[in-house]
Amino acid sequence: MQLITVAGSPSVGKTSVILRVGELLRRDGLKVGIAKFDSLSTSDDKLYEQKGFPVATGLSGALCPDHYFVSNIEDCWAWGRRQQIDILISESAGLCNRCSPHVGGVQAVCVVDALAGVHTPKKIGPMLRLADLVVITKGDIVSQVEREVFAYHVRLANPGARALFCNGITGQGVTDLAREIRKAPITEALAGSRLRFPMPAAVCPYCVGETAIGETHQRGNVKKMQFADMAGAA
Amino acid sequence: MSRLADTPLAALLAAHPCVADFLASLGLPAVDDHQPLTDWLALLPDEAIFDAGMDREQMLAHVGRLIAQVETMTANSLRRVSSLTLIGGRDKAGRPEDIRLTLKAGEIVCIVGPTGSGKSRLLADIECLAQGDTPTGRQILVNEQIPDEDWRYALDRKLVAQLSQNMNFVVDLAVRDFITMHALCRQVAEPEAMAERVIACANELTGEKFAPEVSVTQLSGGQTRALMIADAALLSASPVVLIDEIENAGVDRKRALELLVSGDKIVLISTHDPLLALRGNRRLVIRNGGIAEVIETSARERDNLARIEAVDQVVMDIRDRLRRGQRIEEDIAWLQ
Repeated sequence: MQLITVAGSPSVGKTSVILRVGELLRRDGLKVGIAKFDSLSTSDDKLYEQKGFPVATGLSGALCPDHYFVSNIEDCWAWGRRQQIDILISESAGLCNRCSPHVGGVQAVCVVDALAGVHTPKKIGPMLRLADLVVITKGDIVSQVEREVFAYHVRLANPGARALFCNGITGQGVTDLAREIRKAPITEALAGSRLRFPMPAAVCPYCVGETAIGETHQRGNVKKMQFADMAGAA
Repeated sequence: MSRLADTPLAALLAAHPCVADFLASLGLPAVDDHQPLTDWLALLPDEAIFDAGMDREQMLAHVGRLIAQVETMTANSLRRVSSLTLIGGRDKAGRPEDIRLTLKAGEIVCIVGPTGSGKSRLLADIECLAQGDTPTGRQILVNEQIPDEDWRYALDRKLVAQLSQNMNFVVDLAVRDFITMHALCRQVAEPEAMAERVIACANELTGEKFAPEVSVTQLSGGQTRALMIADAALLSASPVVLIDEIENAGVDRKRALELLVSGDKIVLISTHDPLLALRGNRRLVIRNGGIAEVIETSARERDNLARIEAVDQVVMDIRDRLRRGQRIEEDIAWLQ
């Protein structure tokens, strides 16, 4: 089974792109399944079901979605095997730009949205910089100039990756993406694999439900801001 | 890699501004200029590395690829497209599309056909350099050859610039800064001078002039169109320009086309505007998903184009006078 991790900020169009590419891959006789990760709720599983794709859904609730993803991806892989899926696509939302969901040896796709503005690629961390493929959506609704500048910045943010424009509505560009996905390595097992970069960390009282504000509650992994006007006043 | 291990950072950054951008985007503490990048990274605290979101080796590899990438982009901007060849596939009913059509640099080809006939599909096939792997089964050759994989994927060498009807600006920048930003991405030698040229050129195309200081989001539809056409002609790397109708929103369509063609572009316009459609060398008639016919613009059609242009000029003049607050009361002389 080939495993593909697809990650991107909320509302960039991950689901639309996956639906389009899934339909193409299915036309080639491949069984495509989806592991959908979200935080509070999702209705995308219905969209996948409607189109006849087997889907497993996980909601992270109060947990960091990235941590939730990595604790569950192996079980999703096992589910995919039980369903006799050929290509399992995991879809997870990168809620903070420091998300780091990509796994070594597993094809990693990052979806970014041309509407987010030309400087956005610079601001996204491992999710974009360490991906194998970058899919740029909504290119059709910005001007040609912004499209070119955006693509250039994606290039600089991840010079090793293939980047392609995909239109989740019309399907333009999806053929190229499908061709790349077919080349993904087979994932024989996930145990023993490593994340490409550590996920964002936070171990402090707020992780486990603290709500009170104030210095006395700030324990564990705490980091403080530096203010220029206080420099040297230690 | 040895470059990164030996060259003092100051020299590396001076030679490759893209590396400075990259380091800035990582949010790392101030750079010590005298050490090579490798040593400087080794001395950074692990916490800073963790915050940056890439480990040291990943950063070094990234910088190596980045430098190579920028060098390739510069080299690639010299590659030229002198022709595109379209080899027919099949229409929506599966009937073969029996055609082999070569478009040369500096040529204008119009695409006509009712909505839903497959015009967009044709443009999309050209854009992705279809190799029999799209629903139409068409194949596109570049310079009479099957394009290598790099052509298909290289974003910075994207073959096709597309000027669609609905385009928005997300950035809120002055026109000058916006075009300069594009010029910088295109590695143009003098970005500011290029921006001035593009703006001057756009102003020649539009009835309503705009200043370089105005924000792109404040431009009218016609001004936006004119700016994007001037930019595509002078600044875009793409040798093929696809235009989805140039509406008559105060853009001098004749000059716009002349401008694009003078840059040795292959111009494809999806249009039913007689001024544009008859100006092309040929028009492709799309029916039921396939190219049903190729019409060469005849001598008589060109004569008619001259008459239509004369009529259009009258209308343009009236438009201009209305803009200036004048009355239109005389008997209009349509054709002399």
